[in-house]
Amino acid sequence: MNFDDTPEEAVFRAKARQWIADNAPHELDAELRASTEGKLRLTSVDPLVAARDWQRRKSEAGWATPHWPVEYGGGGLNSIQRVIWSEEEGLYAKLSQHFLIGVGMCGPTMMAWASEGQKRERLPKLSSGEEIWCQLFSEPAAGSDLAGIRTRAVRDGDDWVINGQKIWTSYAREARWGLLITRTDPTVAKHSGLTMFFLDMRSPGVEVRPIRQMNNEASFNEVFFTDVRIPDAQRLGAPGQGWEVALTTLMNERATLAGRVDTGFDELLDFCERLETGSNRRAIDDARVRSRLAQFAIRDSGLRFTAFRSISALSRGAQPGPENSIGKLVSAVVEQDMAQFALDLEGEAGLLADPALASDRGRFQSILLRSPSMRIAGGSDEILRNIIAERVLGLPADIRADKDVAFEDIPTAATAQRG
Amino acid sequence: MQFEFSDEQQELRDSVRRFFERECPVTAVRAVIDAGTGYDPALWRKVGDGAFLATAIPEEYGGIGAGYLELCVVAEECGRVLAPLPTLSAIYQVAEYLMIAGSEAQKRRWLPRIAAAEAIGALALNEGVGEMRADRVAARVSGGRLIGEKLPVADGMAADFAIVAARDEAETLGFYLVELDAPGVAREAVETLDPSRGHARIVFSGAEAEPLGKGDRGWTLVEEIRDRAAVPAAFEQVGGADRALADARDYALGRYAFGRPIASFQAIKHMLADVYVANELARSNAYYGAWALSAGSDKLSLAAASARVAATAAFQRASASNIQVHGGMGFTWEYDCHLYYRRSAYLALALGGPSLWEDRLIEFRRAAAA
Ligand SMILES: Cc1cc2nc3c(=O)[nH]c(=O)nc-3n(C[C@H](O)[C@H](O)[C@H](O)COP(=O)(O)OP(=O)(O)OC[C@H]3O[C@@H](n4cnc5c(N)ncnc54)[C@H](O)[C@@H]3O)c2cc1C
Repeated sequence: MNFDDTPEEAVFRAKARQWIADNAPHELDAELRASTEGKLRLTSVDPLVAARDWQRRKSEAGWATPHWPVEYGGGGLNSIQRVIWSEEEGLYAKLSQHFLIGVGMCGPTMMAWASEGQKRERLPKLSSGEEIWCQLFSEPAAGSDLAGIRTRAVRDGDDWVINGQKIWTSYAREARWGLLITRTDPTVAKHSGLTMFFLDMRSPGVEVRPIRQMNNEASFNEVFFTDVRIPDAQRLGAPGQGWEVALTTLMNERATLAGRVDTGFDELLDFCERLETGSNRRAIDDARVRSRLAQFAIRDSGLRFTAFRSISALSRGAQPGPENSIGKLVSAVVEQDMAQFALDLEGEAGLLADPALASDRGRFQSILLRSPSMRIAGGSDEILRNIIAERVLGLPADIRADKDVAFEDIPTAATAQRG
Repeated sequence: MQFEFSDEQQELRDSVRRFFERECPVTAVRAVIDAGTGYDPALWRKVGDGAFLATAIPEEYGGIGAGYLELCVVAEECGRVLAPLPTLSAIYQVAEYLMIAGSEAQKRRWLPRIAAAEAIGALALNEGVGEMRADRVAARVSGGRLIGEKLPVADGMAADFAIVAARDEAETLGFYLVELDAPGVAREAVETLDPSRGHARIVFSGAEAEPLGKGDRGWTLVEEIRDRAAVPAAFEQVGGADRALADARDYALGRYAFGRPIASFQAIKHMLADVYVANELARSNAYYGAWALSAGSDKLSLAAASARVAATAAFQRASASNIQVHGGMGFTWEYDCHLYYRRSAYLALALGGPSLWEDRLIEFRRAAAA
C-alpha cells in the first residue's frame, strides 16, 4: 500500500507536469475553471477547435491515449502512469469530452474485434482527435433493454443494408465514425440475432437530427438510416455475435465512467468558503453545512480511491469488472445532490440561471439541469444497481417476460394495446 | 503507488480470518454477553499467543514491529467476527499513548504485557454526557492522588490499569497512569448498547496516579491518538459492515415469499447494492487511512477522518439493512442481526461521534485545499 509516488513515478510525474506546463492552452485557464465537468464554457474559441487542438498536441507527444499500444496511437504507458498523467492533466481534461466515447468505448471495442489493418488505420486518428466516434446503440424502443434494438441489417452481396433509427446518440453531428449495433435475425431470441458494425457517418442515407435537451443544449441526436450500405469488412465479430461485442463496449464504458470521478467537491467546498451568510460569517462556518459537506467528501475521496484500487487490479491483469459500476452510480447522484445543496445556500437567488447574475457564473444551476442525464446515460441508476446485485453479490436475475422468446414475438407497448 | 495490501498482508488476512472463524464463532460473542464479562479472556489470551494485535508494537517492547498495515488487516477481521476484545482501548489507544508519550520505564513495564495479552489498559477520558472536550475534564490530581469519576470507560472492568485525563493543582490538563486494583479505585460495570465490549464507571478517591511520561502533554495528544485509532477502528467497521451484508445476502437467498426468493425482489437487490457501494467507498477511504498511518504521512488527520466518517456510515447502513432484510426474525434476540447493529452503534460513538468527525474532516479538507 503506497499512495505516494515511487522515485521512478516521481520522475515520470515531473516529466508529465513539465510537458503540460510547456504545451497546455494556458490562455483558457480561467474559462476552463468556470466550466463544469459536462459543459465547456469557452467564448474566446470554438470549443471543438480548442478540444481538437489539445488532443492533437497530446497525441503528438504520446499523451492522448497514453495506455494504448504505440502502433495504435498510444504512448505505451502502464496503468499507474496513466493515473499520474490524468492527475496532472487536471483542468485540461475538460477538453476531452468529444473524445471520451471514442477513446473509452469505441477504441477498445475496435481493439478487441477489428482486423489488424483496420486498427492501424482507424485508431491513431481516433486517438489524435482527427476522427470523432459515436456510439449508435440506443433506440426509441431499446435503452436499458439494449438487446431489444430493431435497426435492421440485411446482407446484400459484399455489403449490408441498414434501415432503422438510433436515438440519444451523443456527438453524432461531429462524429466521422460510429459503432453500430443492428438486428440481423429477428426469428431467434433477442440477444442472439444481433450484429455489430462500424460505420462511416458520411455514408449516403445517414441523417442526423439534433435533439433539444432539457438543459437547452443539444449534444445528443437522432440518427436515421435509409438503405445505408456498409461493407461486410466493417463487421465486428460474426453475424449474431453482436451482443458479445457490445459487452466489450459496455464494460469499457463503465470503466471509463468510473475513471472520471471528479465530483466537483472541491468547487463546492470553495464555494462554501466564499459564500457570506451573515456579517463575518460564511457558509463553511455552519455546522450543518460542514456535516453535509463531510458526507459528500467521503464519496468524493471514496470514489477516487476506489478507482485507484481498480487500477491496481487492472495493473495485475484483471479485466474491468462489474464493480466499476460504483463510479458512475455514486458520482451522478452526488453531483445532483451537491447542486441542490449549493442552490439552497444561495437562497432565492439560487433561481438565477443567467451566468451574468448567478453566483459562480451559474455553475450549480447548470449542474442541476445537467445532472439528471448522468443518472440515465451509460446505464441508469437502477440498471447499475441490478448489475451490482446480480454480478457482484450473486443475487438472482429479475424475472423476465422475454426469455427464450423469438425476438419478433416479444410483447411491446404496441402489442399490449392491441390486446 | 500501490493501492492494495501486499501478498504477504493478504496471506496474513487469510490466516487471521481462519483463526477467528475457529476461535470466535458468534456463540463466543453471545457467551460474553450472557456472562456479562465484557470481553472474552480466553480469546484475548489466544490472540496474545499469536501476537496478532501486537503487530504495531516495536519488538524491543515485546511486539512484532511489523507496522500498522498489518494491524489494519487484523482489525478488519476482528470487526468481521465482532471479536469481544479490548482493541479500541488497549491496542489502538492505550498502547499508542504509551508509545508516543510514555516514559521508557512505563513502556517497558506495560507494552510487553499488552502485546502478550497479559494486561489490559483502559482509557479514561469521559465524564458523562456530552462531547469529549478538554474543558469538560474535572478529575483532579494533587500530591500524586487522583480524585474524580469517569464514565463510560471502555473495558474499564477488564483493565489492569488506565490512562486518565485529569487536571493538576495548577489546572493544567494532563494524563496519568493509574493501576485499577489499587486502593482508592471503585468500579462497576455499566449497561451499554453493546455488551460484547464492556464499559465501566470508575470512581477515583485518592488513587495513586503517575504522570504519563514527562507529564507535559495536553489535549492535542488526545486528538493525535484518536486520529491514529480511527484508522484501525474504521477497519473494524468495514469488516462488520461486510459481514452484515453477507448475512443479509445469505438470508435473502434462502427466504421465499410470493413463490420466489426475496433476493429476487428489486427492492431487496437495490438495498443490498447500496450497502455494497457504501461498504466499498468506506473500504477505499480506510485503505488511504491505513497508508497514511503506516507511512507517517502528514495527511493522516484528513485520511483518518475520511476513513472514520465513511466507515461509520457504512456499518450503520449495513447493520440496519441486515435487520430489514430479515424481517421479524431480524428483530429477535435469537438472530445475530442486532449484534452487528449494536456493534455499529458502539463503534460509531467510541472515539467521538459522527458529527465530531464530520467536522474534523471538513477542517482538514479545507487545510488541504488551501
Ligand atoms: C445525455 C445522454 C447521452 C446519451 N448518449 C448516448 C450515446 O451516445 N449512445 C447511445 O447509444 N445511447 C446514449 N444515451 C442513451 C442511454 O444509454 C439510455 O437513455 C439509457 O440506457 C436508458 O434507456 P432509456 O432512455 O430507453 O430509458 P428506459 O430504459 O426506458 O428506462 C426508463 C426508466 O426505467 C428504468 N428501468 C428500465 N429497465 C429497468 C429494470 N430492468 N429494472 C429497473 N428499472 C428499469 C430505468 O432505470 C429508468 O429509470 C444517452 C442518454 C443520455 C441521457
